[in-house]
This record gives sequence, structure tokens and C-alpha cells, in this order.
Amino acid sequence: MPTAAAASIFPRLTRMDGYYGSYVPVLAIIVVGAVLVTAMFLGNRLLRPSRPSPEKQLTYESGVDPVGTGWAQIHLRYYVFAYLYVVFAVDAVFLFPWATVYAGLGWVTVGEMGVFIGIIAVGLVYAWRKGVLAWT
Amino acid sequence: MSVVGLLFLLMGAMAVGSALLVVTTARLVHSALWLVVTLGALAGCYLLLGAEFVAWVQILIYVGAVVVLLLFALMLTRAPTGVQTGLTTGNRVVAAATAGVVGLVLVTVVVAGFGGARVSVDEESVGSATSMGDAIFRHWVLPFEVLSVLLLAALVGAIVLSRGRASSGEETP
Amino acid sequence: MIVQALGVRTVDDLSEFGTDPWWLSLIKAVLIFVFLLLLTLFNIWFERRVVARMQHRAGPNKNGPFGLLQSLADAMKLMLKEDIMVKAADRLLYVLAPVISVIMAFLAFAVIPFGPVVDVPFTDRQTPLQLTDLPVGVLFVIAVASVGIYGIVLGGWASGSTYSLLGGMRSTAQVISYEVAMSLALVAVFLYAGSLSTSEIVNAQQRLWYALILLPSFIIFWVSMVGETNRAPFDMPEAEGELVAGYFTEYSSMKFAMFFLAEYINMVTVSAVATTLFLGGWRAPWPLSLWDGANAGYWPVLWFLAKVMMFMFVFVWLRGTLPRVRYDQFMALGWKVLIPVALLWTVAVATIRAMTLDGGLDRRVLVGGALVAVLLFLLLSIVGERAPKEEPEAEEQPFDPFAGGYPVPPMPGQRLPRPEPAGVVPGGAQPDQEDDTARRSATEEGD
Repeated sequence: MPTAAAASIFPRLTRMDGYYGSYVPVLAIIVVGAVLVTAMFLGNRLLRPSRPSPEKQLTYESGVDPVGTGWAQIHLRYYVFAYLYVVFAVDAVFLFPWATVYAGLGWVTVGEMGVFIGIIAVGLVYAWRKGVLAWT
Repeated sequence: MSVVGLLFLLMGAMAVGSALLVVTTARLVHSALWLVVTLGALAGCYLLLGAEFVAWVQILIYVGAVVVLLLFALMLTRAPTGVQTGLTTGNRVVAAATAGVVGLVLVTVVVAGFGGARVSVDEESVGSATSMGDAIFRHWVLPFEVLSVLLLAALVGAIVLSRGRASSGEETP
Repeated sequence: MIVQALGVRTVDDLSEFGTDPWWLSLIKAVLIFVFLLLLTLFNIWFERRVVARMQHRAGPNKNGPFGLLQSLADAMKLMLKEDIMVKAADRLLYVLAPVISVIMAFLAFAVIPFGPVVDVPFTDRQTPLQLTDLPVGVLFVIAVASVGIYGIVLGGWASGSTYSLLGGMRSTAQVISYEVAMSLALVAVFLYAGSLSTSEIVNAQQRLWYALILLPSFIIFWVSMVGETNRAPFDMPEAEGELVAGYFTEYSSMKFAMFFLAEYINMVTVSAVATTLFLGGWRAPWPLSLWDGANAGYWPVLWFLAKVMMFMFVFVWLRGTLPRVRYDQFMALGWKVLIPVALLWTVAVATIRAMTLDGGLDRRVLVGGALVAVLLFLLLSIVGERAPKEEPEAEEQPFDPFAGGYPVPPMPGQRLPRPEPAGVVPGGAQPDQEDDTARRSATEEGD
């Protein structure tokens, strides 16, 4: 069993210095990234020309003068898909911890998750039947 | 005070401060983005408390999904972009009072329930996926199953609403 | 170092995480940046060369040996370009968007294992070739990717341009749809590895790669990672023919370069994640793994890189081969194929796993379960066939080319009036135009 072997050979790495210590490198990446971005912007500022003119600062609309504002109203279907995303993201974050513990819980937990997924799947089937999934 | 405690205070202050900006800023989209900062700072608090699984779920679900949903909902409307003056209503005193009372109740409940409780993060996997899974699938199975019905209801509701409005040609969330 | 004191040093011993001194973490972080920046420069050149080869062209071959310095020259050129900020832009968010994109692209690499524990040169220290090992590593990668969406949303929105907004919206809807398929495909891996930590998933693949036993998951992941990175054939967000350049239409100079950088790093990131989760990470592939030294020292970095480049090559291959799919086809693939299949596959894997773990289950129950699954699948496919309703043919309506005061294209059911050729008298007898009018009337009859 790869799982059991992995668990016994590699103990959890969340010791005291481990837990906060393991997030220090994440912070380091963010800091180095911020430094890099700043350096890129600074270098850009030093090197680039800057001659703004009203024509340059117009919004691009394929060569014709822009009409109205760019902030158009979007279609409702984007909202419905974002909603579906929220539902399935919640579904996924429950699947993750389940996947790590189910080996010790046996058939009962498979059934429980089956019911959970089944009910969510009903939602997907409903959306399908109503034609929401078709991007018109 | 330890570094962790200091960071926790900082995150808490960030959460509260940006939450205030959410309700006071005059641009709707900026307000949604301040909400991102609030939720992110809250995730930072979770992380510092040792609940790393919950912290990243907070980022994934609230920052990555719910606020995107909010932004889409904002852009469904005629997306007012500039500074809006009429956003603050006359009810702001009542609203602030309500928020204060609700906050007080929540703090009381948390302190009454968990006051003095100590969790040491150096214990094995305090807030890991495994301990979350154990808690959910050993002790809280029923709420978990009820949650799926809730999600289903929300999904069906959203679909019914969107179809109803779409057919009458009105596109407000 | 305890490990050294005991004289035990196995290639898999990762118990040294969290013991790195701060300077070593910083060096590793900087190395990751250097690695990713160099790899991006290389990948841009690689893509152009390979696509050129596929189209019987030479590709960039002037600057440096084999044209290798071409991307560096391009990057320098972008650095020297004027930075234009359109007047309609929301200034703060306009600057913030590429920054979010690029930092989030780097961040996911914090948990990717490049290799086993190695000796640090010039010291007696040992360190794993991985910046940090979070027990929730893969969740971290997904969460960071979902924050990266803000780069796209904000870039599209803050530009104040219709093209940008449409591109941003498309891209967001696309990324969130495929992120669901991606996360669901990963559940099967967690079921087998029993962990969300990247290093433990790599260790669990000592004997068998998950790509082999979890092939459907691997395929779903692969398809959705192409969708997630907005690459051809799923590059509708930046479809040149429709949206100019999508959400970075209004970006120029360094900010444009940052979006570009983020796109290429994201490709490397998803390739690295796929390598780690499905192809055994840094472990040597089969014939090489017979050699004992293959999984020790710095060699694994090479295997890791080779696997990542394999994915990169397929990215380029897809771009060189396939035409862009339509947006509705793309969304249908995500929501009607990938996600239902991923859900079913997860349940199936859980059943199979529980069977091998628990053993003794009545065979009839299994057959019953399989039947239910098949029925569910059939139900889904039947439902899929019924759902798409033909849109009723729109009635012919008069076309107003300036509806609402703006020049607009015809709606469905409206017909563009045929312009009369200037200077031609209808029915006039100019011999060289006769052919033309004859042909035109012929096509009109054909319609």
C-alpha cells in the first residue's frame, strides 16, 4: 500500500518550526516577486519614452473613434456559470479531505460521499435539462 | 508579544479596516475588491491559528469563487464605474448599530464557547485536511449531507431566477 | 543534522523541511525565479521554433546561437517601449492586474518538488529540492490559481475597453469552468496517495505512475490544463479575429510583458503540477530507474525538466495542429463531458479502492452499483441529447445600420442591404461588369 508506506516512512512535517517555518518560503516568494516586479517597473520607467497625446490615450476600437463607455453590460449566462462554479468548488473542497481519510472509514463513507455527489449531480442534470449549460 | 501574535493583530486590523472600506467606498467594483482584502486577511488569521486547510479553502471559495460571482453580478447591472454619491442611505446609523450588535453577539458566543481554549500548532496536523476529514466524516455527517441539499436548492434557485428574468428581457441579478 | 549523525541518507528522506535556515530559503526562492524566467525565455523560443518547423519555416534563428537570444531581445524591446495608459482606465487596478497575474504565477512553484534531498554545494548542509512542503500543497496550488483569475478580471475591467472586458469575461468563465474539472480530476489522485502534499504524492508513485492507473483523471487534467491556461485550441479569450487581444488589448510595454510572462509561467506551472501528480514527479522514468543513481543527487532535476518539456511540446503541438474551437463547444466540453465524467470516475475509483482496502463485499452489491452507475451515465447522455433546443428561426426584420446611433452589424434574421456598385447604372451595358452582375444574381438565386 503506497499510502500506508508513505505515512510510516514520512512523518507529518507540521512540527513547531515546521508549521510557521513552512510558510516562510511562501512569504519569501511573494517578497522576491514583489522585488522583481518593482525592478521591472523601475527599469521600464528609466528606459521608456513618454510622450502622451490624446490620440494615444483613446481606447482601441479597431481604428474608429470609441463610442460610449467600454464598461458594457455582460450577459446573464456568465453569472449562472459563476454560480455553478461556486457550487462545484464547494463540492471539490469537501472531496479533498474525504479523499485523505476515507481509507480508514470504509464503505460507509463511500456511500455518504455517493449520496453527496448524487445530490449535486441532480443539480447538474437539472441545469442540463433546462439548457443552462448550452452557451447560446 | 510574539511575532505570530503581532501578525495576527495586523491581519485582524486589516480585515476590519478593509471591511469598513467595503461599505464606505464610493465605487462598487472597488468595494468588491476591498471585500477580497477582507476575506484574504481572514484567511491569514486562520493560517496563523494553525487551520491551514480552512485558510486555503477560504481563499479558494470566498476569494476565488464568491467574489468573482459578486463581480459578475455587478457587471450584469449597468456597471456604474465612476464615483457614486447616492450609495449611502439615511439608514446608515441603524445599519451601523445593527452591525455592532451582531458583532457583539458573535464575539460573546465565540468567547463563551472557546474562551481560554488553547490549540498548539506543533501538534501533529492540527488543521490539516486529514483532521478536517475526520471531523466531518466521523462526527458531522448529517450536516454535511444537508449541505448538499442546500447547494442543490441554491443552484436550482439561481437557474429558475435567471431563466425567469432572461425571458422577460430584464437582466438584473 | 540528525540524518547525517545517524549516517542514514535515503533519497526519499524529506524530514528536513522546516529546518532550512532563512538564507537557504531565500536562495531557493531566487533560484526558482531565475529558473522560471530562463525557462520562459527558452519556451517562447522553443514554441516559435517548433511551430515554425511544423509549418515548414525556419523560425527565429538570427539572434544568438540557434536564435536562442531572440526572446531576450524581444523582452528588452518591450522594456524600451512607451507605456500607454488609456484615459478610460481605472489607473490603480490597471497597474495591479499584471502584478497579481505574475506573482500568482510564480507562487504555485513554492510547493513543486524538483528533486530529492541533496547536498548544498560548499556547505555540509542537506536540503530537499523543494521550497516548502505544505500538507495541503495541492489545495494551495489550486487556491493560488483561483486568485490568479483576478489578474484577468481586473485587467479586462480596468482597461475600460469593450474588447478587454469581453476577453476578460470569456477568460474568467473559461478558467473557472475548467478549474472545476481540474480539481475533480485530482480527487482520484488523493484517494490513492492519501495526502494533499506534493512530496508525499511523488513518494507514493515510487512503483507506479498515477497516469497509468488513473488514466481518465490524467486525460481530464490534461484537457483542462490547456483550457485553464487559455492556450490553443482553447484560446478564445484572445481570439485575434474577434477580440483583438482579449483582456490585454490596452496593455503595452512592461505591463504587457508581465501578462505574457504570466501566461508562459502558468503553462510551466500546470505542466509541473501534472508531472508531480501523474508522472511521478522527479522520479526517473522506467528504463532509467534501473540505474540506482538515477533518483539521487541532482539528476532528478533533469528528469523533472524533461517531463515538463514534454508537456510544453504538446502545448505547442496542439497550437500548431488544431483550429480554435467555438466558445459554446468549449463550455459544452467542460460542463457536459469533463465534469460529469470526473464525478463518475471519482465514485468509481472510491469504490475500487474501498474494495481493495476492505475486501469482502458481496459481488451482487458491486454489480448493482455498476448498473446504477451505467444507468446514471445513460440518463445523463439521454438528457444531453434532449436539451439543446433549436432556436426558432428569427423572422426577417428590417435592418437599421445605425440602430441606437452607432454603426451595428445585422442581428440574426436581418439582412445586410447590398450596396449598389458606385457609378453603375442598373442594367447598364458595361461589358466587363456584365459577368459580375450575372454571377451576383446567380448567387442570390442560390440563397
